[in-house]
Amino acid sequence: MDAKELIARRIALELKSGNLVNLGIGLPTMIAHFLPPGVEVFFQAENGLIGMEPLPEPGMEDEYLTDAGGSFIGAIPGACSFDSCFSFGLIRGGHLDVTVLGGLQVDEQGLLANWTIPGKMVPGMGGAMDLVTGTKRVIIAMIHTDKGQPKILKKCTLPLTSIRPVSLVVTELAVIEPTAEGLVLKELAPGVSIEKVVAATEAALIIPTHVPRMQVAA
Amino acid sequence: MHKAITLSDAIEMIPDGSSLMIGGFMGIGSPHRLIGELVRQGRKNLTIIANDTGRRGFGIGCLIDAKAVTRLVASHIGTNPETQRQMIAGEMEVELCPQGTLAERIRAAGYGLGGVLTPTGVGTTVAEGAREIVIEGKTFLLALPIHADFALIAAHRADYHGNLDYMLTARNFNPIMAMAGATVIAEAAEIVPVGMIPPDEVITPAALVDHLVARGKGNGR
Repeated sequence: MDAKELIARRIALELKSGNLVNLGIGLPTMIAHFLPPGVEVFFQAENGLIGMEPLPEPGMEDEYLTDAGGSFIGAIPGACSFDSCFSFGLIRGGHLDVTVLGGLQVDEQGLLANWTIPGKMVPGMGGAMDLVTGTKRVIIAMIHTDKGQPKILKKCTLPLTSIRPVSLVVTELAVIEPTAEGLVLKELAPGVSIEKVVAATEAALIIPTHVPRMQVAA
Repeated sequence: MHKAITLSDAIEMIPDGSSLMIGGFMGIGSPHRLIGELVRQGRKNLTIIANDTGRRGFGIGCLIDAKAVTRLVASHIGTNPETQRQMIAGEMEVELCPQGTLAERIRAAGYGLGGVLTPTGVGTTVAEGAREIVIEGKTFLLALPIHADFALIAAHRADYHGNLDYMLTARNFNPIMAMAGATVIAEAAEIVPVGMIPPDEVITPAALVDHLVARGKGNGR
């Protein structure tokens, strides 16, 4: 299975019926396709909608209905729309259950850097800082390394997105949970050894005696 | 009494060097006709307050392409490489602001508030130069109001008094900016007779809208 698809299928299992969820652009958007049967969640688009769904089919685009990346989407029956203040009130006010975002770096304290590489990439933070600061559970979906270089570090070298730690990090190698004691290796991807994860990670990992295999949504 | 004026008359009210709030999110819900006319009339030295700068050739991106903007306050410019190029080249000053904070700063101006306290950005580069205020043990940043000479907004329907409603994700920053601009100019996809928009569906009341751009050809875009 493709690395990104594996990550998306694993994170899909974290979403529970009734959750209000915001998916970041890119890899996190894939998760909507892998929800287990019977799990019904509400997806928020921070540009002003609860109840987004993937575009039902090409040809059904509406010029006034897009996600925060500007891609055309659909809206489920029961969806509702609102302005940007309300949308970020939902986010900052703790009304969102889960957000899934990409990451550039995560460190031993669970702190995230995901919005800029000074001098190279200065896109602006968009909604990322609000999402990480305000959402109940922040899940990071990212490829474990960047061109072989670890992205899970002792300390982030890039500017932080928030001083609030993230809740869970899911990569194509492992599931890692930031805790008060440090980063705990919770699950290993199929065919991946503990040694391989440790070699690809700069941060210290707390390794329980038994590390189960990663489950993924069918 | 109706507020509809021509597109060119609307833009002639805006001098070079003005500060403009412009609604829209990646161009969805942006006032495309007003933006096009700003470019056509060659406005320069503008300050733009907006969520983003769209893409090259689309939405606020058209103003960036025309080098009409010298200062920008936005949350995201990643979709427009020309904005980044002008920023790095020093041709345009850019202030990046978290999206929720940007929305609240605009709202604060429109609602007569001296600022808003937000936890977003505490301990990050956003906090540099900002005042930190501790409330019941929790640290917040003081986000100051942003004012503008004009708000250019896009509605779905307007009536001839200037009551506005919006469609789906095209609402975004528009109703907030309609509270904040000193002069508010709205364009709508259609203009309907007064009374056609039921009171409960009016999102921006006519009292906030100073000028409405008259119907164009076709669907108004």
